[in-house]
Amino acid sequence: MIAHLYDRPGVYLVLAAFLLAAGIYGLIRRRTLIGMLISGELIFSAAALNFMALNRFMTPDPTVGQIFVLFIMGLAAAEIAITLSIIIAVYRNYRSIHSKELSELNG
Amino acid sequence: MIPGSDYLVTGIFGLIVATTVGGALLAVLSTRIIRSVTGLALSSVGLAGLYYFLNSPFLALMEILIYVGAVCVTIIFGVMLSEPDEPAPQEKRSHEALWGGVALLVSAAIFWGVARLSLQGRWPAPAAPVGDGSVQAIGISLLTTYSLPFELISLVLFVAILGALTIAHGGRGKE
Repeated sequence: MIAHLYDRPGVYLVLAAFLLAAGIYGLIRRRTLIGMLISGELIFSAAALNFMALNRFMTPDPTVGQIFVLFIMGLAAAEIAITLSIIIAVYRNYRSIHSKELSELNG
Repeated sequence: MIPGSDYLVTGIFGLIVATTVGGALLAVLSTRIIRSVTGLALSSVGLAGLYYFLNSPFLALMEILIYVGAVCVTIIFGVMLSEPDEPAPQEKRSHEALWGGVALLVSAAIFWGVARLSLQGRWPAPAAPVGDGSVQAIGISLLTTYSLPFELISLVLFVAILGALTIAHGGRGKE
Protein backbone atom coordinates (compact mmCIF):
# COMPACT_ATOMS: atom_id res chain seq x y z
CA MET A 1 0.00 0.00 0.00
CA ILE A 2 1.77 3.09 -1.24
CA ALA A 3 -0.87 5.54 -0.08
CA HIS A 4 -0.77 6.72 3.53
CA LEU A 5 2.99 6.42 3.46
CA TYR A 6 3.12 9.75 5.26
CA ASP A 7 1.12 8.28 8.15
CA ARG A 8 3.73 5.75 9.21
CA PRO A 9 6.46 6.47 11.73
CA GLY A 10 8.93 4.15 9.98
CA VAL A 11 9.38 6.46 7.00
CA TYR A 12 10.34 9.40 9.19
CA LEU A 13 12.63 7.32 11.41
CA VAL A 14 14.50 5.83 8.44
CA LEU A 15 14.82 9.29 6.91
CA ALA A 16 16.26 10.59 10.17
CA ALA A 17 18.73 7.70 10.19
CA PHE A 18 19.74 8.64 6.65
CA LEU A 19 20.32 12.27 7.65
CA LEU A 20 22.43 11.11 10.61
CA ALA A 21 24.50 8.82 8.38
CA ALA A 22 24.99 11.57 5.78
CA GLY A 23 26.11 13.96 8.51
CA ILE A 24 28.60 11.49 9.92
CA TYR A 25 29.94 10.73 6.44
CA GLY A 26 30.46 14.46 5.91
CA LEU A 27 32.12 14.88 9.31
CA ILE A 28 34.67 12.19 8.45
CA ARG A 29 35.18 13.19 4.84
CA ARG A 30 35.25 16.99 4.89
CA ARG A 31 38.57 18.76 5.16
CA THR A 32 37.40 22.27 5.91
CA LEU A 33 35.82 23.57 9.08
CA ILE A 34 32.75 25.00 7.33
CA GLY A 35 32.06 21.69 5.60
CA MET A 36 32.20 19.92 8.94
CA LEU A 37 29.87 22.56 10.39
CA ILE A 38 27.30 21.89 7.65
CA SER A 39 27.49 18.15 8.35
CA GLY A 40 26.91 18.89 12.02
CA GLU A 41 23.78 20.80 11.10
CA LEU A 42 22.52 17.72 9.23
CA ILE A 43 22.96 15.68 12.41
CA PHE A 44 20.98 18.29 14.36
CA SER A 45 18.22 18.01 11.75
CA ALA A 46 18.19 14.22 12.09
CA ALA A 47 17.71 14.50 15.86
CA ALA A 48 14.94 17.05 15.45
CA LEU A 49 13.13 14.91 12.87
CA ASN A 50 13.34 11.90 15.19
CA PHE A 51 11.85 13.93 18.03
CA MET A 52 9.03 15.16 15.83
CA ALA A 53 8.20 11.70 14.47
CA LEU A 54 8.05 10.16 17.95
CA ASN A 55 6.07 13.19 19.13
CA ARG A 56 3.49 12.73 16.39
CA PHE A 57 3.04 8.98 16.63
CA MET A 58 3.88 7.82 20.17
CA THR A 59 3.33 10.63 22.68
CA PRO A 60 -0.01 11.63 24.12
CA ASP A 61 0.81 15.34 24.34
CA PRO A 62 1.88 16.74 20.95
CA THR A 63 3.26 20.01 22.35
CA VAL A 64 6.26 18.45 24.13
CA GLY A 65 8.17 17.42 21.02
CA GLN A 66 7.52 20.71 19.27
CA ILE A 67 8.94 22.65 22.22
CA PHE A 68 11.94 20.33 22.34
CA VAL A 69 12.63 20.82 18.64
CA LEU A 70 12.30 24.57 19.14
CA PHE A 71 15.03 24.34 21.79
CA ILE A 72 17.18 22.26 19.44
CA MET A 73 16.85 24.99 16.80
CA GLY A 74 17.85 27.63 19.35
CA LEU A 75 20.92 25.64 20.36
CA ALA A 76 21.83 25.07 16.71
CA ALA A 77 21.64 28.80 16.05
CA ALA A 78 23.85 29.53 19.06
CA GLU A 79 26.30 26.85 17.92
CA ILE A 80 26.44 28.34 14.41
CA ALA A 81 27.20 31.82 15.77
CA ILE A 82 30.01 30.60 18.04
CA THR A 83 31.52 28.25 15.44
CA LEU A 84 31.57 30.84 12.68
CA SER A 85 33.27 33.37 14.93
CA ILE A 86 35.86 30.73 15.85
CA ILE A 87 36.33 29.95 12.14
CA ILE A 88 36.88 33.61 11.36
CA ALA A 89 39.38 33.93 14.23
CA VAL A 90 41.22 30.81 13.01
CA TYR A 91 41.29 32.10 9.45
CA ARG A 92 42.73 35.40 10.65
CA ASN A 93 45.53 33.62 12.47
CA TYR A 94 46.37 30.82 10.05
CA ARG A 95 45.09 32.17 6.68
CA SER A 96 43.42 28.78 6.20
CA ILE A 97 40.58 26.74 7.63
CA HIS A 98 41.65 23.40 6.23
CA SER A 99 41.67 20.99 9.11
CA LYS A 100 44.96 19.39 7.95
CA GLU A 101 46.88 22.62 8.38
CA LEU A 102 45.58 23.47 11.85
CA SER A 103 48.07 21.12 13.48
CA GLU A 104 49.93 23.30 15.97
CA LEU A 105 48.83 21.10 18.88
CA ASN A 106 49.83 17.96 16.96
CA GLY A 107 52.74 16.43 18.90
CA MET B 1 -13.06 14.23 -0.33
CA ILE B 2 -11.94 14.24 -3.94
CA PRO B 3 -11.11 10.74 -5.25
CA GLY B 4 -7.41 10.35 -5.89
CA SER B 5 -6.43 13.20 -3.60
CA ASP B 6 -4.78 10.63 -1.37
CA TYR B 7 -2.31 9.80 -4.13
CA LEU B 8 -1.73 13.50 -4.73
CA VAL B 9 -0.80 13.95 -1.07
CA THR B 10 1.44 10.89 -1.23
CA GLY B 11 3.12 12.31 -4.33
CA ILE B 12 3.78 15.61 -2.56
CA PHE B 13 5.17 13.68 0.38
CA GLY B 14 7.50 11.77 -1.94
CA LEU B 15 8.66 15.03 -3.47
CA ILE B 16 9.41 16.42 0.00
CA VAL B 17 11.34 13.29 1.00
CA ALA B 18 13.31 13.50 -2.25
CA THR B 19 14.11 17.16 -1.54
CA THR B 20 15.38 16.30 1.92
CA VAL B 21 17.51 13.37 0.74
CA GLY B 22 18.85 15.20 -2.30
CA GLY B 23 19.68 18.28 -0.27
CA ALA B 24 21.53 16.21 2.30
CA LEU B 25 23.51 14.40 -0.42
CA LEU B 26 24.35 17.71 -2.12
CA ALA B 27 25.43 19.17 1.23
CA VAL B 28 27.77 16.27 1.94
CA LEU B 29 29.14 15.33 -1.48
CA SER B 30 29.82 18.55 -3.39
CA THR B 31 33.32 19.97 -3.40
CA ARG B 32 32.40 23.64 -3.75
CA ILE B 33 31.33 24.77 -0.30
CA ILE B 34 28.70 27.22 -1.59
CA ARG B 35 26.86 24.32 -3.24
CA SER B 36 27.07 22.53 0.06
CA VAL B 37 25.32 25.45 1.79
CA THR B 38 22.66 25.36 -0.92
CA GLY B 39 22.19 21.67 -0.22
CA LEU B 40 21.71 22.44 3.47
CA ALA B 41 19.06 25.04 2.59
CA LEU B 42 17.31 22.58 0.27
CA SER B 43 17.37 19.90 2.94
CA SER B 44 15.92 22.36 5.46
CA VAL B 45 13.05 23.22 3.11
CA GLY B 46 12.30 19.51 2.76
CA LEU B 47 12.47 19.12 6.51
CA ALA B 48 9.99 21.96 6.90
CA GLY B 49 7.61 20.05 4.64
CA LEU B 50 8.08 16.95 6.77
CA TYR B 51 7.22 18.96 9.89
CA TYR B 52 4.09 20.10 8.11
CA PHE B 53 3.17 16.50 7.48
CA LEU B 54 3.82 15.77 11.16
CA ASN B 55 1.02 18.16 12.16
CA SER B 56 3.24 21.08 13.07
CA PRO B 57 2.97 24.06 10.70
CA PHE B 58 4.52 26.22 13.43
CA LEU B 59 7.77 24.25 13.36
CA ALA B 60 7.74 24.26 9.54
CA LEU B 61 7.66 28.05 9.65
CA MET B 62 10.40 28.13 12.30
CA GLU B 63 12.57 25.72 10.31
CA ILE B 64 12.47 27.94 7.23
CA LEU B 65 12.90 31.10 9.28
CA ILE B 66 15.84 29.87 11.35
CA TYR B 67 17.66 27.43 9.07
CA VAL B 68 17.13 28.88 5.60
CA GLY B 69 16.84 32.47 6.72
CA ALA B 70 19.45 32.70 9.44
CA VAL B 71 21.79 29.72 9.58
CA CYS B 72 22.46 29.41 5.85
CA VAL B 73 22.92 33.16 5.42
CA THR B 74 25.33 33.21 8.35
CA ILE B 75 27.31 30.31 6.88
CA ILE B 76 27.46 32.18 3.56
CA PHE B 77 28.93 35.14 5.45
CA GLY B 78 31.52 32.77 6.86
CA VAL B 79 32.24 31.50 3.34
CA MET B 80 32.78 35.06 2.12
CA LEU B 81 35.17 35.86 4.97
CA SER B 82 37.38 32.80 4.47
CA GLU B 83 38.42 30.54 1.60
CA PRO B 84 36.79 27.27 2.45
CA ASP B 85 36.81 25.34 -0.85
CA GLU B 86 37.93 21.77 -0.52
CA PRO B 87 41.65 21.64 -1.31
CA ALA B 88 42.96 19.39 -4.04
CA PRO B 89 43.97 16.08 -2.48
CA GLN B 90 47.65 16.26 -1.63
CA GLU B 91 48.18 12.83 -0.23
CA LYS B 92 48.36 9.64 -2.24
CA ARG B 93 45.34 8.38 -4.13
CA SER B 94 45.22 5.11 -2.22
CA HIS B 95 45.21 6.91 1.13
CA GLU B 96 42.38 9.11 -0.10
CA ALA B 97 40.35 6.14 -1.32
CA LEU B 98 40.96 4.36 1.98
CA TRP B 99 39.51 7.28 3.95
CA GLY B 100 36.55 7.48 1.60
CA GLY B 101 35.91 3.77 2.07
CA VAL B 102 36.15 4.06 5.86
CA ALA B 103 33.73 7.00 5.92
CA LEU B 104 31.28 5.22 3.64
CA LEU B 105 31.51 2.04 5.70
CA VAL B 106 30.95 3.82 9.01
CA SER B 107 28.00 5.83 7.78
CA ALA B 108 26.41 2.86 6.01
CA ALA B 109 26.75 0.78 9.18
CA ILE B 110 25.15 3.54 11.24
CA PHE B 111 22.32 3.96 8.74
CA TRP B 112 21.67 0.23 8.57
CA GLY B 113 21.77 -0.24 12.34
CA VAL B 114 19.58 2.72 13.25
CA ALA B 115 17.06 2.07 10.48
CA ARG B 116 16.80 -1.58 11.45
CA LEU B 117 16.36 -0.71 15.13
CA SER B 118 13.69 1.86 14.39
CA LEU B 119 11.77 -0.44 12.05
CA GLN B 120 11.90 -3.50 14.28
CA GLY B 121 11.64 -1.84 17.68
CA ARG B 122 8.48 -2.40 19.67
CA TRP B 123 7.18 1.10 19.91
CA PRO B 124 4.54 1.59 22.57
CA ALA B 125 1.02 2.05 21.33
CA PRO B 126 0.09 5.73 21.31
CA ALA B 127 -1.92 6.77 24.33
CA ALA B 128 -5.04 8.85 24.08
CA PRO B 129 -4.09 12.38 23.03
CA VAL B 130 -4.44 15.03 25.72
CA GLY B 131 -3.74 18.20 23.73
CA ASP B 132 -4.06 19.44 20.19
CA GLY B 133 -0.50 20.74 19.78
CA SER B 134 -1.64 24.09 18.44
CA VAL B 135 0.42 27.25 18.61
CA GLN B 136 -1.72 28.39 21.51
CA ALA B 137 -0.96 25.21 23.47
CA ILE B 138 2.77 25.61 22.70
CA GLY B 139 2.71 29.20 23.94
CA ILE B 140 0.89 28.29 27.14
CA SER B 141 3.28 25.48 27.99
CA LEU B 142 6.31 27.64 27.14
CA LEU B 143 5.15 30.14 29.73
CA THR B 144 4.08 27.64 32.38
CA THR B 145 5.64 24.17 32.35
CA TYR B 146 8.73 25.01 30.31
CA SER B 147 9.35 28.56 31.50
CA LEU B 148 12.73 27.70 33.04
CA PRO B 149 14.17 26.10 29.85
CA PHE B 150 12.69 29.01 27.89
CA GLU B 151 14.59 31.50 30.02
CA LEU B 152 17.71 29.34 29.88
CA ILE B 153 17.67 29.19 26.09
CA SER B 154 17.44 32.96 25.89
CA LEU B 155 20.41 33.18 28.27
CA VAL B 156 22.32 30.69 26.09
CA LEU B 157 21.60 32.74 22.98
CA PHE B 158 22.68 35.93 24.72
CA VAL B 159 25.95 34.39 25.91
CA ALA B 160 26.54 32.88 22.46
CA ILE B 161 26.11 36.25 20.75
CA LEU B 162 28.43 37.95 23.25
CA GLY B 163 31.00 35.17 22.89
CA ALA B 164 30.82 35.27 19.10
CA LEU B 165 31.38 39.02 19.10
CA THR B 166 34.31 38.74 21.49
CA ILE B 167 36.01 35.88 19.64
CA ALA B 168 35.54 37.42 16.20
CA HIS B 169 36.69 40.81 17.43
CA GLY B 170 39.80 39.64 19.27
CA GLY B 171 43.03 39.92 17.29
CA ARG B 172 41.62 42.50 14.94
CA GLY B 173 43.84 45.38 13.96
CA LYS B 174 47.08 43.72 15.04
CA GLU B 175 48.04 42.92 11.47
